[in-house]
Amino acid sequence: MSTPFEPNEEQPLLQAEGLTHYYGRRLGCRGIDLELHEGEVLAIVGESGSGKSTLLKLLSTELPPTSGQVSYRMRDGAMRDLATLSEAERRLLLRTDWGFVRQHAEEGLRMTVSAGGNVGERLMAVGWRHFGEIRDEAGDWLDRVEIARTRMDDDPRTFSGGMRQRLQIARNLVTRPRLVFMDEPTGGLDVSVQARLLDLIRSLVAEFGLAAVIVTHDLSVARLLSHRIMVMKEGEVIEAGLTDQVLDDPHAPYTQLLVSSVLAA
Amino acid sequence: MSPSALPAITYNFAYLDEQTKRMIRRAILKAIAIPGYQVPFAGREMPMPYGWGTGGVQVTAAILGADDVLKVIDQGSDDTTNAVAIRSFFETTAGVATTTKTSAATIIQTRHRVPETPLVAGQILVYQVPIPEPLRYLEPREAETRRLHALADYGLMHVKLYEDIARHGHIATTYGYPVEVEGRYLMDPSPVPKFDNPKLSESPALQLFGAGREKRIYALPPHTRAVPLDFEDHPFEVQRFAEPCALCGAQGVYLDEVILDDAGRRMFVCSDTDFCSGRRAAGHRGVMAAPYEEPAADPAAAKAGDAP
Repeated sequence: MSTPFEPNEEQPLLQAEGLTHYYGRRLGCRGIDLELHEGEVLAIVGESGSGKSTLLKLLSTELPPTSGQVSYRMRDGAMRDLATLSEAERRLLLRTDWGFVRQHAEEGLRMTVSAGGNVGERLMAVGWRHFGEIRDEAGDWLDRVEIARTRMDDDPRTFSGGMRQRLQIARNLVTRPRLVFMDEPTGGLDVSVQARLLDLIRSLVAEFGLAAVIVTHDLSVARLLSHRIMVMKEGEVIEAGLTDQVLDDPHAPYTQLLVSSVLAA
Repeated sequence: MSPSALPAITYNFAYLDEQTKRMIRRAILKAIAIPGYQVPFAGREMPMPYGWGTGGVQVTAAILGADDVLKVIDQGSDDTTNAVAIRSFFETTAGVATTTKTSAATIIQTRHRVPETPLVAGQILVYQVPIPEPLRYLEPREAETRRLHALADYGLMHVKLYEDIARHGHIATTYGYPVEVEGRYLMDPSPVPKFDNPKLSESPALQLFGAGREKRIYALPPHTRAVPLDFEDHPFEVQRFAEPCALCGAQGVYLDEVILDDAGRRMFVCSDTDFCSGRRAAGHRGVMAAPYEEPAADPAAAKAGDAP
């Protein structure tokens, strides 16, 4: 059961207005508005090709929007339009205040670099120059994501799928980001490993007060992790609201279909 | 038609045509203006294979004047194939004077060493560079490495050093040790041993780097800081050798290991042949040195001179 989200009066952490993207003449997604507050978890669900991943890429500045804008409240409290950030500012944001957990761990990890090096990379990128301290911090994070310290100097090619995902999470959270994007974090994992990973994500989100945008086609992932949910179809949001509310009492016919097609979601 | 009826082959001074040399000089000037930055240039085919110093040769050809004295070294040695071939190439195509003496040379083209004799103002050291991009093994995309340079985003290089320490207990990079130039660009000093890194920094000589295959030129102007990357708790250190040179007895110089037989006997000798012979001419003797006047080390004499 997820805690119901309490709307607060302060400024959102992430805000999107009229976000639209076309791949040439083909629609990626259209007219998306959303607000994400600190500590809030938003799930974006929908079938394959519904524009979920496009939306995630637009929010995380991997893709420039065709129209619309994304703003983010920086650590100094100022809302900034992400399109106006310089490349250097954007990169700094990506590796300090944000995290990105990818479906395929090979895209999010350096597969030829040891687990410790993977976790330490962000620290070194922000100027840590003391080997012992980097190693201690990386070790702490491996403990947190339940990877044995004896595996610290092994590279992720020797890790199982579940370990790779946990390593990705450690690598992203080591700089204490405020916002994490997750693209199908449990995709391709077996059910018991999924359950442990979800448990880990949920406890980390609670512990660090993380805000997260999770793209998934798995409604049970959305129900376990998210406070709010957005259902997408053909590039548009067709229903949005509190997770329990949407999943227990879906209004849109498509959402009803989606919910009823899952066993005991 | 006898061969003598054909006109003799004549080359423009120093092989390259004047327009090409101007183009390379412009690249060199830009490289000097932005120390450590890799300037692309329209590298030409040279009459030698890539990997044999085509980049260094083009830089040398562009800066060579009729009154220059050229020295060419390969791994510190004046008498290996690469050094001899390039030296005779410029003797043939430019007719310049050549030397093996570091102190007598105005231009020194080098592969993988900085001479032991300190360089002085007015000398130019030209490095042959196989892979100019220090980030290449970490980031294969050229567009991405250029962006990393533009943003001075060099955390990745420390990841490599981290991996070294994690795997070997110390920074195991022994050659091509990356340096940060004047607090800005990350630079690969070509595959010189890290022993030579301290000589790169604040040198009174001009240092030019030419990469023929990758078509890049970069430079360290005189008195430019080139600081090796390291960690606070694992500072940069150069190699140390337990014994002095077996021929000239020099200490604190870079030594080559020479295998003497199949029973594990070995000797360590100066990699810089000019420095070593200079010391022997001045009367210094190592434990395996033959009398200086003999032209070549006779194996029997070397054995007789071996320390018990």
